[in-house]
Amino acid sequence: MSSAPSKLYADDVSLVVVLLDVNPFFWAAGASGGNHPAATLPFSKFLKHVIPFLNSLLLLNQLNRVVLIATGTNSCGYIYDSGSSGSEGNNRVPKVYSEILRNLAEFVENDRKVGRGPERVASSVPSLLSGSLSLALCYIQRVFRSGPIHPQPRILCLQASPDGPEQYVAVMNAIFSAQRSMVPIDSCVVGVYHSAFLQQASYITGGVYLKLPQLDGLCQYLLAIFASGLQSRSFLQLPKPAGVDFRASCFCHKKTIDMGYVCSVCLSIFCKHHRRCSTCG
Amino acid sequence: MRGFLGTPYYVAPEVVAGREYGEKVDIWSAGVILYIMLAGIPPFHGESVAEIFEAVLRGNLRFPARIFACRLVHLHQSRVVARGQFFFPMNQGGGGVARRDGGEPREDEDEDDEEENSDRGLEAWRTDYADERSWEVLQEDESGLLRPIDTKTLVHAQYRRRLLQRSTPAASRIQKGLIRYLYVVIDLSRAASETDYYPSRMVVVAKCVEAFIREFFDQNPLSHIGIVTVKDGVSQCLTELGGSPDSQIKALMGKLECSGDSSLQNALDLAHGYLTQIPSYGHREVLILYSALNTCDPGDIMETVNMCKKAKIRCSVVGLSAEIYICKYLCEETGGLYTVALDESHLKELLLEHAPPPPAIAEYAVANLIKMGFPQRGAEGAIAICSCHKEAKVGGGYTCPRCKARVCDLPMECQICGLTLISSPHLARSYHHLFPVAPFDELSHTLPFRLQQKLPQTCFGCRQSLISHGTKTSPHVCCPKCRQHFCLDCDIYIHESLHNCPGCESRRQQAT
Ligand SMILES: [Zn+2]
Ligand SMILES: [Zn+2]
Ligand SMILES: [Zn+2]
Ligand SMILES: [Zn+2]
Ligand SMILES: [Zn+2]
Ligand SMILES: [Zn+2]
Repeated sequence: MSSAPSKLYADDVSLVVVLLDVNPFFWAAGASGGNHPAATLPFSKFLKHVIPFLNSLLLLNQLNRVVLIATGTNSCGYIYDSGSSGSEGNNRVPKVYSEILRNLAEFVENDRKVGRGPERVASSVPSLLSGSLSLALCYIQRVFRSGPIHPQPRILCLQASPDGPEQYVAVMNAIFSAQRSMVPIDSCVVGVYHSAFLQQASYITGGVYLKLPQLDGLCQYLLAIFASGLQSRSFLQLPKPAGVDFRASCFCHKKTIDMGYVCSVCLSIFCKHHRRCSTCG
Repeated sequence: MRGFLGTPYYVAPEVVAGREYGEKVDIWSAGVILYIMLAGIPPFHGESVAEIFEAVLRGNLRFPARIFACRLVHLHQSRVVARGQFFFPMNQGGGGVARRDGGEPREDEDEDDEEENSDRGLEAWRTDYADERSWEVLQEDESGLLRPIDTKTLVHAQYRRRLLQRSTPAASRIQKGLIRYLYVVIDLSRAASETDYYPSRMVVVAKCVEAFIREFFDQNPLSHIGIVTVKDGVSQCLTELGGSPDSQIKALMGKLECSGDSSLQNALDLAHGYLTQIPSYGHREVLILYSALNTCDPGDIMETVNMCKKAKIRCSVVGLSAEIYICKYLCEETGGLYTVALDESHLKELLLEHAPPPPAIAEYAVANLIKMGFPQRGAEGAIAICSCHKEAKVGGGYTCPRCKARVCDLPMECQICGLTLISSPHLARSYHHLFPVAPFDELSHTLPFRLQQKLPQTCFGCRQSLISHGTKTSPHVCCPKCRQHFCLDCDIYIHESLHNCPGCESRRQQAT
């Protein structure tokens, strides 16, 4: 049951919830050079592309709202909310910039502290996409509740790190909930590999999926593809999905598989044949 | 005048249609207001603006007997009894059965059945009325829409009760997403053309079946539905068992004509023939929407009922007119459910009851691991020859992970290697039953002020402030696992739609 009272949108006013992947394993990988995306586009430069994009979203329409949520490896959190930050209507560019940087620094430091536990040797740890998606959806529900006239919400995932198969069920739950409340999930993948989660998310919710062919032009890509409101989208030639990866994760090893065994009772997925289903017994 | 102006409930059809309009639209709106003053509900109703507009365009005027008859009772005691007789079940002995016949008496009813039925009808009506939001709890908001008075905490308390009920130890068993094979039998005999439902039984049934099929596939992703129609005493298989809701609905909508008699036996025989061929892990079911009051059978129907019972086919019937003994017998014998609808919304409700897997069968479900493939969707615009139609197709399509053959639609069995191909999001829709979010703890808001200061001031999910008046925290909840605090609205959203705890998802899960 969706708690949104009615889907009466104010024309052309958007609420964009941007999920920013701040995975340190990904962004640090560029330090060693090579052809890793983070080598050509370190995090500081990445932000220099993203923040002007956020500013231009706010400038497109006075009533537009932007919310920035950071997706870390150990936590997720709100970084910036144009609706609640200081004096309304006074989102001057330098102020937005400094607020985002300050909060991000705080978040990254905190994320690192929380993560101190058993040292991980793995070279890459996936970010908590399911967490930031859930936060974004909760926030959007609040906007739905705010009254019959509210901005049209959408989510934009700026994803760098690979998918975490252990988040499969949670990410799918979030996708279906977004679909039910008609919130499109756009995805812009800056990482090395395609993200099967985000391909499915954009496909199911009717958003745009794009894996950047070239990182230098990130800001141009963002402005050309992800800045337009939902009403104007029908007039644009947006990138068509180059296939959707519908692979699932097995429940036993959290491995991504394209063929497996499905329990006829509870629909759990396993990568090997078992005599009985371990989920429903 | 041109252009679009107005509040959805009050807008005249010519405005919605975008035609030229004049001052006549004001009279329309005045009529709507008059109706609202009389009934306490708007005449044209819908869940969304689009639905309201559709109701306006179609002139889909609501005239619920329970509201109108009841208001009239208040207004004019002597007159209403006569009017009430006509369409109001409470005022007559016959309950929900005879009320809609408009004169024609029905002799072919069993006396006992009728007695029982009237009792139930009365009870159903009473609860119905109690649930109906009468105008006392409605208020008008800024945009002129009627809304229930904000009863947030009340709603939340109701929801908590529901949630806790669901998670009691008895009910906390895994909800079984069975693989069901269901034939929907639609009676298109003469009786289906009767107009006691507006505009006719047939149209209302088709509309309800459409809603049912969508809901069914939502709740039973791997299941199959087929449609059988009965008319002129002959049953006909409209669609074969399949997993795509759209093709089933399309086939049904194209075949809405009725004539002749109905035959329960022929329909059951046909469904039986198809259902005995399905794989052993599938559950066989027949759901019959029966308008007629008789059945025209070539042989002994009791034998057919026995045959269905032996084949473990669960037969359920939703009647549209009155209770019939043979339907009741059929349902009792095969473990199905027999219900008779009182009106359109009741019919829809009764049908949707069949969407979740029946618990009786779930008890006997045997887990069986079936090998399946999760194919990738091809790029838009790519051209490939599909293996199912042997045609070159542009865009879409799925690739079998084992033999790389292209198929058009999911779910399907690969024509080349025989692997069952399904789309994994289909499966994932039911996973929240397997891994439900634990109910959140309600926090008492009578904590000493000092302790309250330490608690988070905003909802972790939506960042709504949890402070209501000055320093007092408003009622909120806390996840027992991650100890994050949530507002009441997020609590409901998380458990009823999202099925993820944002707090738990926002921290690294310890490897288990
Ligand atoms: Zn496995
Ligand atoms: Zn199982
Ligand atoms: Zn084909
Ligand atoms: Zn194959
Ligand atoms: Zn909240
Ligand atoms: Zn939690």
